[in-house]
Amino acid sequence: MNLALVKPTMDGAASDVFAVARDRLPGKGPVAEVRQAAFDDFAQKGLPHRRVEEWKYTDLRVLLREVAPLAPPPDQAALDHAKKALASLDVNGAHRLVLVDGAFAPQLSDTASEAGVTVQTLRAMLENADIAARADLLRTSVASDAMISLNAAMATDGVVIDVAENAALGKPIHIVHVSTQSKAAAFTRSLVKVANGAHVTLIESFVAADGAAGYQAHDSVVLWAGDGADVQHIRLVEDARDAANIATAIVTLGERTQYRAFNLTSGSAVCRYQAFLRFDGQNAHADVNGVSLLNDRQHADTTLVLDHAVPHCTSNEVFRAVVDDQAHSVFQGRINVHPDAQKTDARMMTRALLLSDEAEADNKPELEIFADDVQCGHGATTGALDDSLLFYLRARGLPEKEAQALLIQAFVGEAMESIADETLREVAIATAERWLAARG
Amino acid sequence: MSALLEVRNLQVRVEEREILHGLSLTVNKGEVHAIMGPNGSGKSTLSHVIAGKPGYEVTGGEILFKGEDLLEMDPDERAAKGVFLAFQYPVEIPGVATMTFLRTALNAQRKARGESEYSTPDFLKKVREVAASLNIPQEMLRRGVNVGFSGGEKKRNEVLQMALFEPSLCILDEMDSGLDIDALRIAADGVNALRSSERAMVVITHYQRLLNYIVPDFVHVMSKGRVVKSGGKELALELEESGYAQFEDQAA
Ligand SMILES: Nc1ncnc2c1ncn2[C@@H]1O[C@H](COP(=O)(O)OP(=O)(O)OP(=O)(O)O)[C@@H](O)[C@H]1O
Ligand SMILES: [Mg+2]
Repeated sequence: MNLALVKPTMDGAASDVFAVARDRLPGKGPVAEVRQAAFDDFAQKGLPHRRVEEWKYTDLRVLLREVAPLAPPPDQAALDHAKKALASLDVNGAHRLVLVDGAFAPQLSDTASEAGVTVQTLRAMLENADIAARADLLRTSVASDAMISLNAAMATDGVVIDVAENAALGKPIHIVHVSTQSKAAAFTRSLVKVANGAHVTLIESFVAADGAAGYQAHDSVVLWAGDGADVQHIRLVEDARDAANIATAIVTLGERTQYRAFNLTSGSAVCRYQAFLRFDGQNAHADVNGVSLLNDRQHADTTLVLDHAVPHCTSNEVFRAVVDDQAHSVFQGRINVHPDAQKTDARMMTRALLLSDEAEADNKPELEIFADDVQCGHGATTGALDDSLLFYLRARGLPEKEAQALLIQAFVGEAMESIADETLREVAIATAERWLAARG
Repeated sequence: MSALLEVRNLQVRVEEREILHGLSLTVNKGEVHAIMGPNGSGKSTLSHVIAGKPGYEVTGGEILFKGEDLLEMDPDERAAKGVFLAFQYPVEIPGVATMTFLRTALNAQRKARGESEYSTPDFLKKVREVAASLNIPQEMLRRGVNVGFSGGEKKRNEVLQMALFEPSLCILDEMDSGLDIDALRIAADGVNALRSSERAMVVITHYQRLLNYIVPDFVHVMSKGRVVKSGGKELALELEESGYAQFEDQAA
């Protein structure tokens, strides 16, 4: 027998998760078929591990061990519980869409209609047999990834947002994920279509209701930004400290589109954010920035894959990690410049600040360039706080922690500059300040 | 009455090498002391040890400030108690706005002393006044701490902080280096404005010129990690004439 042909088999627990959940998953017929195919793909691959190149530093077989059982649909108690968690959100005045344990919660969301935007739930669309292409809601164009497949197989709900051509929304759209159940998994999937010329700010928050522990939040967002669209995309991951957050964003940009993304991770024990961004139209620009603030034994992985598929596009990635205690930060940035993507300008700079001897940071920048008239650059540094700067501040009266805090804020500040909206930048700064204050 | 600063027989090592070999210096309130001496004689080392910079090992002697053991205190505690060092080489801190830095530092010192924090309008008013007197444009205060400042601007920023924090002991390490003639006069005027019967200054310099502006009560000559001669302000003039050669032998 040829051993190379033996496929790694799924552990029993994960296939149970799907078998048990199957009847609860919305969508019959073609939707169920897509789910089955996606699950088969996941089952064949299993949880990603360190020998899978893209997951080299984030071995989910070690970090996650298994896929938790699907969280039950939220009852009144869970909704009440989630409502309390919403009260502590920093983002106010947005069009709020709340998903509790993987189910859209209209009671907690702004359902009043707003000019230029329509919101539907993924569940309703998957169950609507009148929508011929409903199964496509679960498909993606991105190369196969076990966790994307698992998400497609298991997604229970999410929001499907359409922003009309040239609409300039008066307020941001805020998708809030609240977990109320311990040791359970939520699978969400949202689709956002921004038509040509529209201006949108999309915010995603991940939070825990008081007491929710050891849960898993699995999410995917598929975003299309049309020609001349202007999209700000902010993610704030503040999950419970022993939770897991595994999220994928798949972003396609049209001509002259401006896309500015910022991802902040300060919560969860295990976090993976993978973003696949593709330039499909010329003269577009993307800023893809991120900050991870980690301590204890937190593990956070930001993996960005940018495809410059057409000429004359520019991208800039700025990533900062602050890593304390025994925490581990991972940044992987891959830039693919396709053969005819001439005049591409792509930059990537990642810096990690290690606050303890046991803290760890891995940086893996990769440039794959097939066009000859391009400007691409990347840089990576890892280091501790500068002693001479610390002393200067302390000699001016700042206690050690305060001096460190000021330098850490300056360190992460550069990555926050991509947040054009001042109120939102302040939300990010406030989150960083809270993290610093909690260091004591 | 105890001295403001009392350095007794101070011995300091850096990386296994002794730099200060039993240095003594007494500074009383209201006095201005100048310290001169050749390159490498240990002047900056002394100022760093007084300010509490890590990396120096004190192997003997003591430093008392207002009668308390200074060596037992963290650098920020020393600052709150009134020690201020204007650095020979002020560092640049990108990403920390000068205004934020000044307010955070001032309020941290006040908090440590149990005083109330400054309100924003009061703070701004105070900074504007001091900055104007030192010819520091407001635009500079919006930049990162010392970022993109010229050598002279960095030194003026040190004097600005000194005026703002109102310390009781000001140590100025080569405040005159890198300053043009006008900037030197402005900075010296700023320092002179702070002279008071409640405050003392230790002015480290290589040049008599600064001492024409900031006239000292005492001049000390350091050589090879010791004070080898002390005198009045005429000692500085004498050094200008004859150089340090005569002291090198005494210290050896
Ligand atoms: N971190 C260090 N490691 C090794 N040697 C040091 C260190 N700091 C100071 N020294 C040495 O200590 C001696 C005194 O240095 P210091 O900077 O105090 O001199 P200084 O009197 O201020 O000189 P200058 O007039 O040039 O400013 C020098 O020989 C210097 O090389
Ligand atoms: Mg010196």
